Amino acid sequence: MADPVAQPPLRIAVPRGALFTDTLDLLDRIDIDTRQVRENDRKLLFEEAGIITMRPSDVPTYVEAGAADIGITGKDVLMEQSEREVYELADLGYGRCEMVVASQAGEDPTIDALTRLGVVRIATKYPRIATDHFLATGRQAEIVEVKGSVELAPLTGLVDAIVDLTATGTTLRENNLVVREEIAVCTARLIANPVADKLKAAAIDALISRMAG
Amino acid sequence: MTDRTPSGTRDVLPEEMRELRALSERVRAVFERAGYGEVYTPALEYERTFARDGLQMASPYRLFDEHGDVLVLRSDMTIPIARLVGSRYATTPPPLRFSYFAHAYRGVRPQRGQSREFLQAGVELIGAPGAVGTAEAVTVLCDALDAAGLANFRVGVGDVTLFPALLASLGIEPLQAETIISELASGDYVGVERELGRLRLSDADARLLLRVPRIRGGAEVLADLDGPLQDAGAGMQELLDLLAPRVAQRVIFDFGLVRSLGYYTGAVFQVYDPAYGLPLGNGGRYDGLLAEYGRPLPAVGFALNVERVHIALRGEERSGG
Repeated sequence: MADPVAQPPLRIAVPRGALFTDTLDLLDRIDIDTRQVRENDRKLLFEEAGIITMRPSDVPTYVEAGAADIGITGKDVLMEQSEREVYELADLGYGRCEMVVASQAGEDPTIDALTRLGVVRIATKYPRIATDHFLATGRQAEIVEVKGSVELAPLTGLVDAIVDLTATGTTLRENNLVVREEIAVCTARLIANPVADKLKAAAIDALISRMAG
Repeated sequence: MTDRTPSGTRDVLPEEMRELRALSERVRAVFERAGYGEVYTPALEYERTFARDGLQMASPYRLFDEHGDVLVLRSDMTIPIARLVGSRYATTPPPLRFSYFAHAYRGVRPQRGQSREFLQAGVELIGAPGAVGTAEAVTVLCDALDAAGLANFRVGVGDVTLFPALLASLGIEPLQAETIISELASGDYVGVERELGRLRLSDADARLLLRVPRIRGGAEVLADLDGPLQDAGAGMQELLDLLAPRVAQRVIFDFGLVRSLGYYTGAVFQVYDPAYGLPLGNGGRYDGLLAEYGRPLPAVGFALNVERVHIALRGEERSGG
């Protein structure tokens, strides 16, 4: 049997995209060498640093299965994939965005739709968050899942409003959309595989305290 | 069109079946040697058997019989065995020892090792109270995993009463405590911190409540417990002292294990292996459950998910573990 004290190094799932740079900066601060990751745009697996890179929405998948011990991803991803069995260990504070309901400037078409049709049509990349939000606020919504630019949907009459993530509001403004409701504030979170959190407890605790310090 | 099996179920072909059978036989030999006679109960039970107070255990598979009674596919074997003890062993002097290899059914999201129909291998030790009973169950569990062939498994041992008792001792209202415990049970430590922030706690109390669920590790974590943690630590130390070294070295004490199934009343276990990302099995003390079925006896048991143990075995083999 293996030495119970020996703990193998951690494998970390790092999100490419909006959280990428801040995440690498954070890892640098806790003495994980990210030079290779920064220099290499196409490579995905960095065995030496214990880093794997992926889309933010794939991070919970890898961590839940134990293919990565820990990972970093946005709260928006965790809310949308709330059935994932991962531990949410820390709010890392960066990558702050808001999940909002937005519709075209001027008179809010969602109110008219709810009054006259009893149901509002919502386009989103976050069907679960949107469904839960309208359910929780007692309104019937028809959720239209889109993969690309959500802003297009209300401009073309596909839907009355959108549920989307916004950091600065610039894209919304450029498309003549205004925020009607704030659903949640989302920041980067540190997540862990529940089995790794027990079997590599010392390594994970050390990592968290270095991140906090 | 090709016919498929229902979502979350699958076929097993001869090569896998041979391995599953051989694995089960190795585990069965351990159970038999320890005095746990094998029982089999029906896959179908009356819904009322599973719908006891405080239990939300029924599987989502329900049907009606010709009398209009609601039947459910069992979601575990502990409740059928509790029923069996109450009806068939109503006067037999304890302790009673039973083992089983049986399929159970739950409405999980299908993925690797998460089937809606899954084979459980487990034991129930009925009428053996306290640390002595728990130590026997943990010992049989470790011997079974050894016999299965796993090299690197660990058994996490916690106590479902520990954290609720700590919350109560700090004067936290039951409703707020429930919210905190449910955040903890879902593994959301950020949520725990948020909920604690809403209470008017002293800094020291808040820090204690954040620190305790993160305490996990070998015997060393029991060494420097103070104040409100002393009792919990003493209980775990008592258990540890009853374990043979081969078992003790497998144990991880985990103060963050709050609950898995509704009927647990004290010590709880979870089985881990680095070759697999989900627990391979779980168990614990259920000192109140048998009374529901007419035989108020303390009890303890565990169930291994045979399919997951098999996945972990292959994982260990392939990584040279």
